[in-house]
Amino acid sequence: MADFIVGAVEYLSKFIFFIIAVLVISPVLTWVERKQSAVMQDRIGANRAEILGLRMLGLFHALADSLKLFTKEYFVPKGADRLIFHLAPCISIFFAVMGFAVIPHADTLIISGQPVEMQIVNLNIGLLYFFAVLGMAVYGVVLGAWASNNNYALLGGLRASAQMISYEVSIGISLVGIILVYQSVDLMEITRAQGDLLFGFLPKWGIFLQPLAFFIFMAAGIAETKRIPFDAPEGESEIVGYFIEYSGMGFGMYFLTDFLETILIACLTVTFFLGGWQAPFIDGWILQTFSDSTFLGIFQLNNFILTIVQFLAFVFKVCLVIFMMMTIRWTLPRFRYDQIMNLGWKMLLPLSLFNIVVTAIIVYFIG
Amino acid sequence: MNVHDKYKPLTWWEKTYLPAIISGVLLTFGHFRRNMVNHIKKAIGMKPKVSGAVTFQYPEVRRPFWPRLRTLHRLVRREDGSPRCVGCMMCETVCPAHCIYIVAEERPENQIEKQPRIFDIDLGKCIFCGYCVEACPEDAIRMDTGIVEISAYTRNDMMIRRDQLLSLEPKKEYYTERPDLEGKPVL
Repeated sequence: MADFIVGAVEYLSKFIFFIIAVLVISPVLTWVERKQSAVMQDRIGANRAEILGLRMLGLFHALADSLKLFTKEYFVPKGADRLIFHLAPCISIFFAVMGFAVIPHADTLIISGQPVEMQIVNLNIGLLYFFAVLGMAVYGVVLGAWASNNNYALLGGLRASAQMISYEVSIGISLVGIILVYQSVDLMEITRAQGDLLFGFLPKWGIFLQPLAFFIFMAAGIAETKRIPFDAPEGESEIVGYFIEYSGMGFGMYFLTDFLETILIACLTVTFFLGGWQAPFIDGWILQTFSDSTFLGIFQLNNFILTIVQFLAFVFKVCLVIFMMMTIRWTLPRFRYDQIMNLGWKMLLPLSLFNIVVTAIIVYFIG
Repeated sequence: MNVHDKYKPLTWWEKTYLPAIISGVLLTFGHFRRNMVNHIKKAIGMKPKVSGAVTFQYPEVRRPFWPRLRTLHRLVRREDGSPRCVGCMMCETVCPAHCIYIVAEERPENQIEKQPRIFDIDLGKCIFCGYCVEACPEDAIRMDTGIVEISAYTRNDMMIRRDQLLSLEPKKEYYTERPDLEGKPVL
């Protein structure tokens, strides 16, 4: 019986995290994007989709969007490579979803003495896995562009691959500092290491130990999502991008990939730099206030409450980072293509290398 | 001064784009904060000093028209319901878009000789310049109906006939008050 409950809780927790991350936040992000941009620009925003007179502040627009995308014709252009054309959006979204597997969303929960990892896959090479998934993300874009049999799409795909590969370098090198500081590539271990306090009051988060890496990671991460200000691959307002030939749900999947990557980058930013699921100052209070007696026969009360608080802290931090990314997206115009390349290769890459050298020297002498 | 002097090369710090990004984000976030506070105040029943958005929710709420805005034409009626128009063709003559077609007929009484039998305005051609209103010696045509949603599926449907023009009424409530003497709009 206990084994069954342990398994059930384990799967349920993973399931809930995945549902919240992928199926709840990503459609809601379309609403957030519309409403947040509207409030930033002194407007009201889309609020006309209604069901039985109920408007819910325009939340139904996400529903209307998906309905529209599902019922539109899925058009395959003449001369397109049909197999790859159909496969490319799936590849694109597949790797965006895969990335969520290694993100820890709470500390280990103890159920009747057995530890349950609050992570979909407990990989000890989580960070390398993340690099692999991120590296594969460009394939969906390039294959889709190439299979469309359209020169504009192909050029968009070229811009996308150039941009994504350039910024992957900066992302990878900026995270070497994190590996040096926390001495691990396991995301759970990295998050756990951020629980200590620095000088007694500052949480030992990545943003305080690696501030430069944080900025590099954020900038490169936003570039990886291919959204404004780094939307040269796509350029929906004037230059056409890699998914120009896609319609209906094919386009919808590329669209969803952008949002999923936004969430993924936000999750990773939180995991590496904002302490992941750590809820500093609250966790000790919870462990002291609530007894460690068991309830329902299997759960430890304080451990159980702490896990829920940690999960909520994680979601809250992710929402905060997404809000910041949305604010940047609605503030800045698009970078010119040469500016993107200059920023990537001449600014972020040397800075991240400098960050490694400084971090390595400090870690060598202190740690 | 050379024009190119304005475009100094960016310094290293500016080349990171950070100062521009930070000032921009602060501006947009300031707007977000101010508007959000006003939205929340409105939602919980407090009256904010200014609205959180400048939007007019159009079909339900109309933006008030300026008093001299020229909207769809109408023909003014006499007390007995007959058109005030005397068919003098002044408006048709002055119309720069040639969108007015008038055919006059004899009026039964002798004091006023003519009245229009046909008075068509092709709204597909009309440029809403208001010259017809200026030219009319009898003040028989006015542009104060407050109707601005003019659309049709065919070009023929864009023609508006005499009887329709005569049946239209002025819409005072769509318009604002006239501006006061200092020229300030009274909204």
